[in-house]
Amino acid sequence: MKALFVVLALASGSAAANGERLYANCSACHGTSGAGNGSALPVLAGQSKDALVASMKAFKDGTRPATIMHQIAKGYSDAQIEEIAVFLSSGKKK
Amino acid sequence: MKRRQFIQGIGVALAATGCTVIPRKAKAHVVVIGGGYGGATAAKYIRMWSEGAIDVTLVEPNAAFISCPLSNLVLGGSRQLQDLTLSYDGLGKVHGIRMVRDMAQAIDVDKRSVKLASGATLQYDRLVVSPGVDFIWDELPGAQDKVLHAWKAGPQTVALRAQLEAMPDGGNFVITIPPAPYRCPPGPYERACQVAHYFSVAKPRSKVLVLDANPDVVSKGALFKKVWAQKYAGMVEYWPNFKTVATDVGKRVVSELGERVQASVLNVIPPQRAGAIAVQAGLMNVNKHWCGVNFQTFESTVAPLVHVLGDAIQTSPLMPKSGHMANQHAKVCAAAVVDLLNGRTPEAAPILSNTCYSFVSDKEVIHVASVHAYDAAQKTLIVVPGSGGVSAAPSELEGEYGMNWARNNWADTLF
Repeated sequence: MKALFVVLALASGSAAANGERLYANCSACHGTSGAGNGSALPVLAGQSKDALVASMKAFKDGTRPATIMHQIAKGYSDAQIEEIAVFLSSGKKK
Repeated sequence: MKRRQFIQGIGVALAATGCTVIPRKAKAHVVVIGGGYGGATAAKYIRMWSEGAIDVTLVEPNAAFISCPLSNLVLGGSRQLQDLTLSYDGLGKVHGIRMVRDMAQAIDVDKRSVKLASGATLQYDRLVVSPGVDFIWDELPGAQDKVLHAWKAGPQTVALRAQLEAMPDGGNFVITIPPAPYRCPPGPYERACQVAHYFSVAKPRSKVLVLDANPDVVSKGALFKKVWAQKYAGMVEYWPNFKTVATDVGKRVVSELGERVQASVLNVIPPQRAGAIAVQAGLMNVNKHWCGVNFQTFESTVAPLVHVLGDAIQTSPLMPKSGHMANQHAKVCAAAVVDLLNGRTPEAAPILSNTCYSFVSDKEVIHVASVHAYDAAQKTLIVVPGSGGVSAAPSELEGEYGMNWARNNWADTLF
């Protein structure tokens, strides 16, 4: 994990590091580091960055229906969404 | 707690008191007071984000974590307290946190030390205080030890359920709500729903009376009132502006205006302030009730190197006192503590989210959500314009998400 983290940090600057901290806002529902835990929701760790960004933007602009994510996604800038997606996509898929 | 872990904790204390020649350890040491949603999460994330480079000691008197969120379901009958009781073992075994089962009695800010009830002393480089709330019984003559609050999940939750079970059909459950702010804004109204759910199944001639010191339902108001009017029609009654000032013989409440209400089962939620250790340490500097913090780091506005989290703080505008929020405070604090102990500048503009799910029956749920971002000009956290909101209506789908929230939040806090 540490080695992976260093590689990522080189590859995408501080995006993954910032994304790790930003993602911590999401983990109460989606699990620490996106792992999920007996989850009714999809596991986020290991999903592609583009898919994650597309989902969040669709929640944000209302094109993807949701119970709650449309309200939460509107709290985050496109840059923050990008950083969260970089972090999650670097994680292991379970 | 295991004896070995306890002895490890004392080892830190002995090494830190400086009465021997044991050299000061090179690793920075953070002491966390309180193993609730705030303190436990902070301890875990400081270990995670420092990659084990910071030693963390967590001081908590209780043997196990009992979740306040979902505890109203015990009153409704769809969950047992055991379902909400979780082990602290993961914090020690997985994250290498030193668990000390003890009560913090005094903080010496100048000496950077914490005195424990056992007599031991812990030395810190930074301190995290997450003491929760204490009840202000002085404002409720006759209530302490005579009336159940069940506002800290545990034996009182079970006792209140037992009283509801023993109550004959046709009785009334009376719940009193203190002036805001108090722990868990939607909690009292969820509780009214849970008791109504139980009555509708087992005691259909019984009533629920909500006596609220506030002028209106504090959280999710329109949704709760609709549930009472439709799902529990004729069963739940809501009185605003009823400030309870006393109770007598444990079953009758008296309002500020002298109104008296008789209950079959009485539940008084007392007015609240920051937990005792915050009072002792002089951290409770706002309105004589709450602890002021810098929202970039959650460092106290009066005590350097001391961070305060959770229900004990003076919140930013529209921020609830919730377990979810405490979990979020903890992460901003953990990131700042790791940065500060490594000589880095903490994040200047942190952002936090809140989600509160309320069960209006055994399966149907409503939520409130918000996103709070730091505003440099106002020096506080402000709800991001356009973000957040509430459910359109109660649903079983949100019931699943609510349970999912609980499982993941518990794991995020403890495992």
